[in-house]
Amino acid sequence: MTTAATNLQATRSSNWRLLKRHPLLAIGLILVGTQLIFAFFAPLLSPYDPVGQDIVARLQGPSGAHWLGTDKFGRDVFSRIIFGYRSSLIVSGLSVLIALLIGGWLGVIAAYYQGVADRIIMRLMDILFAFPIILLAIGIIAVLGPRQGTTAVAIGIVYMPIFARLLRGPALVIAESEYVRAAKAIGLGDLAIIFRHVIPNLTSVILVQASLSLSTAILVEASLSFLGIGTQPPTPSLGLMLSEGRSFLTLSPWTSIFSGLAILFASLGFNLLGDALRDTLDPRLRGER
Amino acid sequence: MGRLLGTRSADLVVVLFGVSIITFLMIRLIPGDAVEIMLGANSEVTEEAVAALRHRLGLDQPLISQYLFWLGGVFRGDLGQSVWTGAPVGGEILGRIGVTIELTVLSLGMAIIVGFPAGCMMAYIRGTIGDYVIRLATIIGVTIPSFWLGIVLIFVFFKLAPSFPSIGYVPFREDPLGNLARMILPTVALGLPIVASVSRIVRSTMLDALNQDYIRTARAKGLTEVGVVFGHALRNAAIPAVTNIGIMAGYLFGGAIVVEQVFALPGLGRLILGAIAERNYPLIQAAILVVTGGFVIINFLIDVLYMIIDPRVSQR
Repeated sequence: MTTAATNLQATRSSNWRLLKRHPLLAIGLILVGTQLIFAFFAPLLSPYDPVGQDIVARLQGPSGAHWLGTDKFGRDVFSRIIFGYRSSLIVSGLSVLIALLIGGWLGVIAAYYQGVADRIIMRLMDILFAFPIILLAIGIIAVLGPRQGTTAVAIGIVYMPIFARLLRGPALVIAESEYVRAAKAIGLGDLAIIFRHVIPNLTSVILVQASLSLSTAILVEASLSFLGIGTQPPTPSLGLMLSEGRSFLTLSPWTSIFSGLAILFASLGFNLLGDALRDTLDPRLRGER
Repeated sequence: MGRLLGTRSADLVVVLFGVSIITFLMIRLIPGDAVEIMLGANSEVTEEAVAALRHRLGLDQPLISQYLFWLGGVFRGDLGQSVWTGAPVGGEILGRIGVTIELTVLSLGMAIIVGFPAGCMMAYIRGTIGDYVIRLATIIGVTIPSFWLGIVLIFVFFKLAPSFPSIGYVPFREDPLGNLARMILPTVALGLPIVASVSRIVRSTMLDALNQDYIRTARAKGLTEVGVVFGHALRNAAIPAVTNIGIMAGYLFGGAIVVEQVFALPGLGRLILGAIAERNYPLIQAAILVVTGGFVIINFLIDVLYMIIDPRVSQR
């Protein structure tokens, strides 16, 4: 009991020291934490209905009643941003998950089996990687029709080669290692080796890349919604809010300014987190910065 | 060198072939009847109209002959016809792509001209409070949504300098100065995030380079600090950033499509978005093929150039 308590205390103080040594990690954690709380508890935290209109109170600046002002329909901007975080995180989270599960899996398979499988998979990934990100996403959305689910699939497909390429390298090293050879020698099956020995050793690479990819996926989702082919109205979406606020920019810039800042903080949080994770999890980089 | 060039060329052909297949399949992968969906966008769907358009697009042929016919057209410069006007889509794309290319090239230029010296400076003042502040600024810079930055710039210029032409477009041939003036804000909006990322790359490679023996030698023989940094360290530190230029250009081109919307520039982005609204799939298909093919070839040329410049690559 006492040892457990001291251990816990030791972990706590070492966590504290970690945060003090990496103030950017602390900022990243705060930004990401706030977003997750907003997204999970959106209905509890938002002071107004995000789609509730109040024409009389439209295009107002920040006030006690509406902290971040109101938009052209008199909807509360703060409430819409809270719900906007929810749809932004759902779409970007789903897309990174798709990219990780399919792209990452292909990368690991390519590294494990090598030879022909490796060459075919990686050529396919090269071909997908050749398309400019936004353009391929636009093309996929044009084919499937603009909907929230489509956006996630489109960004997921676009990000697949990133995970495949990133996981293939370290997976190749693991596949050649003594312990994988030993596991093969005692007759363990390929799937068992991949799940028990290869993938667990890739956790830190996956965590870092997932965080960094979320950071850019949030921007891509916002871009697509801004162009009108991502999340469709009246669902609150940060990119869509920015595009709607643009028409009233000179009259009431608040909607545009705050929704843009919300996108910036969302992306920045995951970027800082990913960067700091890479510094702390990758011993090769330690002391370099 | 010859063998390497051979494998790279083979890679190029494989990737171009794959890109052509994916773009070709785009229209064929539309769920439901693509022809009915296209016609449904702004006309009545009759059986004759469906059959006529299906025949015009060649969709009543077997898949392989459709692909060969389409690819043959691409090689002859025929990228297909608009569903609505029947005009060749290649011409429409050529008419618009110039604006997008201009914006991409200007932003890339800004990234290089500002990003490299900034990265050198950051490496040089490493560890000071200034370094820390600039690093934080570059991290924020990388994640700034360029379309938002554009909107903020328009607003600021509207308040401070109402006479500045922040929105709109005039062709370069008609009014070169007016054209460039209207490109300033879009270029800054699109280029700033890339400036941040270039300067971060240059900073970290510069830190490596400044620790090398040849830098100590250069200092020992009495070279000025400017000479050491720009003459010796940067030349080696620049390589990773330069190899990324092709990728950055692709990223910028995609971003340009979005930024065009903010500044009402009549580039490729507007054309593609209009085509999506009208479900003019041949146009979207052709635009994706032209842009992606262009970037694959540009990246290939950068690789070849790199092999010529850096003899270590071809010996590897």
